[in-house]
Amino acid sequence: MKELFQDGAVQAILLTAGITYALRLGGLLLADRLPRIGPARRFLDCLPGTILLSLTVPGALHAGVEGIIGLGACLLIFWRTRNLLLTMAAGMIGVCLFRWLFQM
Amino acid sequence: MKEWIKGMQANIPLAVSAMAYGGVFGVLSGNQGVSWAEMLAMDLLMFAGSAQLVMIEMWQAPLPVLEMGLAVLVVNMRYLLIGASLQPVFDGRPLWQKVLGMHLVADENWAVTIAAHRSGGTCPAFLVGGGLLLLTAWTAATICGNLLGGRIVEPARFGLDFAFVAVFAALSMSLWRDRDDLLPWLVAAGLAVAGEQLLPGKLYIALGGIGGALTAVVIEVIKTTKFPTEPGTATDRLAETCEEVER
Repeated sequence: MKELFQDGAVQAILLTAGITYALRLGGLLLADRLPRIGPARRFLDCLPGTILLSLTVPGALHAGVEGIIGLGACLLIFWRTRNLLLTMAAGMIGVCLFRWLFQM
Repeated sequence: MKEWIKGMQANIPLAVSAMAYGGVFGVLSGNQGVSWAEMLAMDLLMFAGSAQLVMIEMWQAPLPVLEMGLAVLVVNMRYLLIGASLQPVFDGRPLWQKVLGMHLVADENWAVTIAAHRSGGTCPAFLVGGGLLLLTAWTAATICGNLLGGRIVEPARFGLDFAFVAVFAALSMSLWRDRDDLLPWLVAAGLAVAGEQLLPGKLYIALGGIGGALTAVVIEVIKTTKFPTEPGTATDRLAETCEEVER
């Protein structure tokens, strides 16, 4: 039976968990100190869109041609239905179908 | 309906995708010699998939504790921005809600919450409900994978690798406001793609996020300045205008 925590594991987990939590809470507390109007506000308002895009675009490009086609289909479905579950299902089925048709 | 239940419901698609990845990730952790207890501690205390993956890749005795800390700092730097962007959701809330709620912020429930906030406001409970669902799904899947080993199928076979991208793209769409967003978004996407090639870890997300948002600030400053002067750095202008606002 292997031991539950090997040497250094507790320290490593506590350190990395502490860093992660400090970043999460620190960002919020820093933003609380920014002015509510003017450029700082504009910066915060724009941040969600630009972060989300930065998270998504590189991944979409890695998915290749079928990714781009699937993404287009998903966006169309989401635009018509505003339903995330449906969008995800369509994306999965579309990509599966594409892989099955062209890469078998 | 209670807000936290609404938050859970809104995150169901992403929890499914998180479970599929959690399973694979759990198998990987078992192969790397991470015990279930270590995995559980990481899931509950850190709760950040990509950073956990990096740690597991470095998991070889003797554990490089400081290097792990540094790597996680780089991978999770985006949470500083994600935290900042949640300011409107937590605005005016007591400190204890911020202290407790922020631990449960993952990419997934953050994105869902921000989208819900844009289309009619939301509250920290919505975020926390989503976080609890994701934490449960993620922990259950990783521990199962860790204990069961290689009996989990490849998520790519079911297009699950793409589900995450599809949902996030759809959420991006609901964050679009008007044409003023176009240039900042293009800059963000461009910087993220370039940064992914050049920067370590997940720093490209922070680069795209900051670069795009600063572009919006610069555009606004140029628009509001009557005489367009030589554009200085965005941070200079930010500081200048902040001083004006304080006056």
